[in-house]
Amino acid sequence: MKVPMIKAQNMLLLQRLLLTLLLLLPGFSQAQDPVRIAFIDPLSGAFASIGSNGLRQLEFAADYYFNSRGGILGGRPIEIVALDNQQSPTETQLQFRRVLSEGIDIIFQGNSSAVANTLNDAITRHNRRNPGAEVLQINYSAVDPVLTNDNCSFWHFRFDAHAIMKLHVLTDYIAENQDIKSLYIIGQDYSFGHVVADTTTELLQQKRPDIEIVGSEFHPIGQVKDFTPYVTKIGSSGADAVLTGNFGADMVSLARSIIDSGLDMPIYTFYAAYDGITATLGEDAKGQVYLVHNEISNPLPTEERKEFTRAFKQAHPQSDVTQPRIINALRMVVAAMEEAQSTDPYDIALALEDMRFTNFSGEEIWMRADDHQAFQSLHISVHTDEGVEFDADNSGYGLYSIHHVPTEETIIETSCQMRRPRR
Amino acid sequence: MLEVLTFATLNGLVTGLLLFMLASGLTLIFSMMGVLNFAHASFYMLGAYFAYSISLQFGYWTGLVFAPLIVGVLGALVERYGLRKVHQSGHVAELVFTFGLAFLIEEAVQFSWGTDTKNYQTPESLNFPLFTLFGQEFSAYRGFMIAIAIAIFIGLYYMLTRSRIGIIIQAAITHPNTVANLGHNVPLIFMGVFGVGTALAGLAGVIAGPVLTTFPGMALVLGSIVFVIVVIGGLGSLAGAFIASLLIGLLQSFAIASDLGMPDLLNLLGVEFARDHPLNDLWTLTLPQVGPVLPFLLLVLVLIFRPAGLMGKRES
Repeated sequence: MKVPMIKAQNMLLLQRLLLTLLLLLPGFSQAQDPVRIAFIDPLSGAFASIGSNGLRQLEFAADYYFNSRGGILGGRPIEIVALDNQQSPTETQLQFRRVLSEGIDIIFQGNSSAVANTLNDAITRHNRRNPGAEVLQINYSAVDPVLTNDNCSFWHFRFDAHAIMKLHVLTDYIAENQDIKSLYIIGQDYSFGHVVADTTTELLQQKRPDIEIVGSEFHPIGQVKDFTPYVTKIGSSGADAVLTGNFGADMVSLARSIIDSGLDMPIYTFYAAYDGITATLGEDAKGQVYLVHNEISNPLPTEERKEFTRAFKQAHPQSDVTQPRIINALRMVVAAMEEAQSTDPYDIALALEDMRFTNFSGEEIWMRADDHQAFQSLHISVHTDEGVEFDADNSGYGLYSIHHVPTEETIIETSCQMRRPRR
Repeated sequence: MLEVLTFATLNGLVTGLLLFMLASGLTLIFSMMGVLNFAHASFYMLGAYFAYSISLQFGYWTGLVFAPLIVGVLGALVERYGLRKVHQSGHVAELVFTFGLAFLIEEAVQFSWGTDTKNYQTPESLNFPLFTLFGQEFSAYRGFMIAIAIAIFIGLYYMLTRSRIGIIIQAAITHPNTVANLGHNVPLIFMGVFGVGTALAGLAGVIAGPVLTTFPGMALVLGSIVFVIVVIGGLGSLAGAFIASLLIGLLQSFAIASDLGMPDLLNLLGVEFARDHPLNDLWTLTLPQVGPVLPFLLLVLVLIFRPAGLMGKRES
């Protein structure tokens, strides 16, 4: 059988023709040049579930809002470069080197304030020594207040409310509950855990001096096998409620131990939902676990957000939109790029300052220029299966928002004295 | 005070006995083959995940029976086709092999089950408080954990010291060549011991999964502490592992239950430091804070004063 042959010369001609055709297509030449964003978070180890879920949301948001709509800055796609730091500051340093060698200048990071602080130091130092080749830190979740207070940096932007802001809301809510006469605080033994304990004690002292802090405990992060001994202590302290900043496996083990010990007390938390936590808590924790967070939960306020959530669920049936702030952060960074018509971190930073952006929940987020802290309304939600249109972990259970604090009331002062680079 | 003591003891027992189920297999394997199995805690994790998957289909009790069996068979296969081949290259190669295996298993678990915490629950039939003391419940499931672990200790002890198989195993540890000359298949015995050891780890995973939560980091959390136990108890000693497990379980539980700390010690000595002292963090340390580090401190002390371990016979 004879196969029609294409001579080498013709082949070359054909290739050139194709290439020319492609180049003539609108935007193709620029499509070769993606805007690259690094994502440094745990993708393995004890906290892998939070990190990998965050990555899925960032990638999905990039595709949903930008890549599927012709890219940004006149046709450039966004490319997310995922780097695993195992939630260790040491690994983060290594991955930061890699980011630099790859020539990426925007870093998304959220998990663990210890990591965020390390990254903040490393970036500030790098940027001081390498003017013109700066790197931007987009912090979507690390809530240690120092990052937008004493250690604030021109190159760092935070899109989550920090611990003290959240604790103002949480302690207000606790103070309203006259049934609570005593509180037990337990947390992971690192900067964030200590901030939670100190701030809660201080704020409750002002708001409800009659509430006694009957215990304040720290445990090593990600090391505790069994929380029952701690829960025994909580039980024997006679506390009416527990407050914790725990996340990941530390959160779910703690809550399960409290419930398994038959202690029927409210548990006030920051992160007791999603990534398997909601499913594991299930029926037993109904109406007992409370979370403080930004971005209202059920009922979702807008059709846009519902559509986004449905589309995400369709693409990732096993995952949830756990951190809408990642999506806000990405969209605001892109908005800043579009406004400045640049991907230079300095230009992006200037455009982000004082930006007011309407997110998919239909509310306005304000990025304060003084300290690069984002402000939006905060909410307290409860773990339940009632009125939950969008559940978590496909468990039928999810978050229902019961208490709302408008943006104006979340704004608190900062001690930040920002050093602005001269250009 | 009595309340705290009672519960600290109970909690310590549960943790200690759980650790023993892991340590018994590890120390058994070590005494037979001279191999420290770094992947031992990974088999524990596999047990939990297999049982979770089985329980979704057939319920908890089926998982309790079959998951350890599957893990045991996997362990035996690893010995037969992995360790035995590597064995010829010496102990270092074996160590590296099991070390690599631990990573492999963790990645495999993340790949097949994902990184999320799994909703692995205690069975309905054990979902009631066994007794209520001082207003706190002690769940029936925890009682069940204690019962299983003690049954395993007694069973293993009798099997090793009283049964024919036990005698052959004991002989194979000290005189493998003589045992082989008597017509026993020594490699088969090794494979069996490795299989049983990993099955025990699997069983520990099955019963610990619902209480300590099933997630990809669960092997990591328990891995190092099991080695500490085996070394403290004396490498290769079952009784030593039992004592060391309980010791560490109780030590951690009491450390957490106590409220003592550096401030109390300083008060006792009549020393005081300002709050802005550079070593303030050190002066305010409390026992619950350092609780999880205590086993490692104990390890150092044991290695200094009794290098062979509490019940160890080996001299190095």
